[in-house]
Amino acid sequence: MMKDSPPRRPAMPPIGPIKVALFLVCLLPLAHLVQAGLTDALGANPIEAITHATGDWTLRFLLITLAVTPLRRLTGAHWLLRLRRMLGLFAFFYASLHFTTYIWLDQFFDLQGIAKDVLKRPFITVGFAAFVLLIPLAATSNSFAIRRLGGRKWQSLHRSVYAIAILGVTHYWWLVKKDISEPLLYGSILAGLLGIRAWWREVERRKQLAGEYMPKAKLGRKVIQIVPK
Amino acid sequence: MLIRRPADIAPSEITPRALFEDRRRFLQTLSGGAVAGAALWAGFPSTARAAPQKLAPLTPSPFNVKEDKTPYKAVTTYNNFYEFGTDKEDPAANAGVMATRPWTVKVEGLVGKPRSFDIDEILKLAPLEERIYRLRCVEAWSMVIPWVGFPLAALLKQVEPQGSAKYVEFISHYDPKIMLRRPVLDWPYREGLRLDEAMHPLTLLTVGLYGEVLPNQNGAPVRIVVPWKYGFKSAKSIVTIRLVEREPVSSWTQANAAEYGFYSNVNPNVDHPRWTQSKERRIGEFSKRPTLMFNGYADQVARLYQGMDLQKYY
Repeated sequence: MMKDSPPRRPAMPPIGPIKVALFLVCLLPLAHLVQAGLTDALGANPIEAITHATGDWTLRFLLITLAVTPLRRLTGAHWLLRLRRMLGLFAFFYASLHFTTYIWLDQFFDLQGIAKDVLKRPFITVGFAAFVLLIPLAATSNSFAIRRLGGRKWQSLHRSVYAIAILGVTHYWWLVKKDISEPLLYGSILAGLLGIRAWWREVERRKQLAGEYMPKAKLGRKVIQIVPK
Repeated sequence: MLIRRPADIAPSEITPRALFEDRRRFLQTLSGGAVAGAALWAGFPSTARAAPQKLAPLTPSPFNVKEDKTPYKAVTTYNNFYEFGTDKEDPAANAGVMATRPWTVKVEGLVGKPRSFDIDEILKLAPLEERIYRLRCVEAWSMVIPWVGFPLAALLKQVEPQGSAKYVEFISHYDPKIMLRRPVLDWPYREGLRLDEAMHPLTLLTVGLYGEVLPNQNGAPVRIVVPWKYGFKSAKSIVTIRLVEREPVSSWTQANAAEYGFYSNVNPNVDHPRWTQSKERRIGEFSKRPTLMFNGYADQVARLYQGMDLQKYY
């Protein structure tokens, strides 16, 4: 974990108050939605408006969560890591609202219709898969689970968030009728966030390969062991 | 002697009771009845809109559906008119800048008497009727809209289609100065019908809705409405009508032929590749309703497609 820490270490800000403030900020999209619902400001198709808003915020929180590690590495503000769990859980929170909206308001518990949708509509299939894959991550997002699974196992499980984010953007991409400008924006940001990880990993790999100081016997093993943050 | 008549209240100013109550029910369902007061308040129609020009007199039509009309506000704020933006609220926000006078519609191609019609001529070409039609969007939502217009056939007869004319192409207005420049679709928007579809008495050359001239976002000053086809087949803000021999390629078909075919008849049995068409959400209603074959106009139009494989000619 500490291997690639930049030398600079900004002073640790008060994490407690920051967490409380962040929690409230993360609830703002929901508050806005509830307010719009109560004041008839959701437009002519309120169910669609709720579906889109909760879906948008799921994607946004996924991207924000994925931005924590690069941001931390670029700024040296390691305390950011302590906000990541909350951000990830908010992604799951909005995903749950999105899913509930679909099941309840959109399909009205028409299980047959839902099953047909999940199997036949690719955009629903990938969205559903993304949601299902988020559940174990949310369920293991506590210190107890980390201890029980062990850090490495836990980490590899939580790397599935990369796939989940790709599925999420694909879900949006396949949904739109023609104008893909917004899915393209989400896709580009995600590509950037994943790309920077791949780049760092590659740099690390080359550094190690070039490292003549490393005992030859250990080299092969070392290369495989390297994991990106 | 002057007799003071009571002020006319346009039917559009009155929210039908059923819808009013429906909205309450929707909100109550959402909140378990906790916000009945807020819902009551939310149910009042907006009074903040300029009075558009009335169209009168209107002949009632035998084709009117008896279902509750979608409120004026929803009809005029939830639109697909991509030239003015791809979000539903965009056209209402952006289309106001389009000048709809003067406006001419060129009718050309395989006709005996090609000519241009001024919009004021069109308004007087045939008696204006109120036609309350279902509108089914390809995105699986629907409305019931009281359009004002007359059969497109009345206009086409004036130009005397030639025997070789088999199809009609509609070209919409496109002005990059006020409309979307991104090539979301191939502008100008083009649509088409078979000549017999275009001549069908249900196909309406439309100049108004709710007894008033069309708001810009609904395709002012003149559009067509083909109620048994998905909404995108009904071209808006038309500037050219061209009679041709070969099936024209519409902007949507050009964009994605696998999803948007030439016919695009409303058909609950032929799904869009990415979503089902068996059900639809009527705007203002909570539960989905089953989609009807030819949008409920099968009695009038099914014969046009006799012997055709509708899975193939979607």
